[in-house]
Amino acid sequence: MTAVIRFIDVVKKFGHQTILDHVNVEFLKGKTTVIAGGSGQGKSVSLKLILRLMEPDSGKILVDGVDISRLSRKDLDEVRAKFGVLFQGSALLDSMTVWENIALPLRERTRAKKDELISRVDKALAQFGLSGHGDKFPAQLSGGMKKRVGLARATILNPDIVLFDEPTTGLDPQIAMDIYRLFFKTQQEFGYTSIIVSHDIPKVFNLADQVVILNDGKMTLFERPENIQHSTDPLIMKFVEQTMGDVYTSSEEL
Amino acid sequence: MIVRAIERLGATTSYHVSDLGRMAAFLGYTIIGCLRTPFRFGELVRQIRLIGVNSTPLILFIGLFTGMVLGLQGYYTLRKVGMEGTLGMLVSLSLIRELGPVLTALMVTGRAGSAMCAELGIMRNSEQFDALECMAIDPFRYLISPKFLATIIAMPILTIFFDLVGIFGGYLSGVVLLGVNPGAYMDGIVVKVLNEDINLGLYKSFSFALLVVWICTGRGYFVQQIKGAGFGAEGVSRVTTQAVVYTSIAVLLWNYLITAVFI
Repeated sequence: MTAVIRFIDVVKKFGHQTILDHVNVEFLKGKTTVIAGGSGQGKSVSLKLILRLMEPDSGKILVDGVDISRLSRKDLDEVRAKFGVLFQGSALLDSMTVWENIALPLRERTRAKKDELISRVDKALAQFGLSGHGDKFPAQLSGGMKKRVGLARATILNPDIVLFDEPTTGLDPQIAMDIYRLFFKTQQEFGYTSIIVSHDIPKVFNLADQVVILNDGKMTLFERPENIQHSTDPLIMKFVEQTMGDVYTSSEEL
Repeated sequence: MIVRAIERLGATTSYHVSDLGRMAAFLGYTIIGCLRTPFRFGELVRQIRLIGVNSTPLILFIGLFTGMVLGLQGYYTLRKVGMEGTLGMLVSLSLIRELGPVLTALMVTGRAGSAMCAELGIMRNSEQFDALECMAIDPFRYLISPKFLATIIAMPILTIFFDLVGIFGGYLSGVVLLGVNPGAYMDGIVVKVLNEDINLGLYKSFSFALLVVWICTGRGYFVQQIKGAGFGAEGVSRVTTQAVVYTSIAVLLWNYLITAVFI
């Protein structure tokens, strides 16, 4: 299986605090990787490093074999075009309507003609259950709808990799389940590689092909989520005890 | 104690030097953003409307009353030396060379500069800049450069409006209310206001526009990196206040420097 993203000996510090300490990990193509860990352990930082919204203090991050730390602005844009990102707060542009937010990557990154633009955005609105809400502004939407708009925007260009930063934080369980269903549906349809940072451990592990646990600056990769239960590492055992409980329920509910 | 004071001085100096460097780089990226394609002409027009057209009523109101007060005070002073006839010259030169550019810059700072700073600060806090970068959209070209160009275009025009309405205000109070000869008032303007006075006023206005948009957008953009600003809504409000204060100080200092050089 090919690694689409590789962390090689990555170190990231904030002041005296080491967030990532010589981390080596691979994210596999077409798979869903969940990054889990306590607050302040560097989960979101890892996503920002992948997108080069932050720079590591040392080490390399390779995307499709390319070291992104050495890229010019133009080449970096080419790499970023492979990604779709669903931000924690959705990060929709406040001054634009739902329709305009979803159309933004198409308008800016492609030469789609007006008719094609309209048809693709309208299709995305329907696909994500947003028909009839295209004229609304983000401030007029509920948290769950914002996430759906964010997911529609993230996937409109059929990206190779989609990053999810806490996709269900702040949502009630029913809406969180809707988001997971949408994620499951779109991943089946587009076949993208996904990396999910989440606190919602029991639910999100049902979607994972592999799991990365972040603890004290170290990343531990588990090829299968079930393997976490059998870890003898005391820190991982403590994490399992604190966070998972009845994690391995049936995935059918998704 | 002394060591700690030196450490603090060093840390503060280091912070301000890096802050200045950040702001200089920001200005550079903004200017480059103006040259990058595709240019967002529609957004430029929208920003000119927000910064320029929507500020016009306020500028006209303040210009009118500034001119009227200048007329009253000027008349009171000039009458003491029997030179009321030069009121037109006094009002027009005061407005064109000094008050027009400075007061317009301060008004635009308070009205549009603070709004730009708060808008960008909120966008930074809600990860909207990160979202643009992740979509491979340059936030400078997309968001900041249109504001930059709009301010530079709108502010000299607003200054011209301010000057014209101010001169009319001086006419109202000096000629209509206090009985100064209208011919003398107009003659003072036509004969004594030279091209170099108008050019100085416009040059000031253009440079103030640069200061206003640079400081206000830059503080908003870097809201999370400003020492002591705090986070979230509180951070944005503090940085917005700071942007207005810094811009006002910069405008007044720069005005003195230009006046001292060109007088």
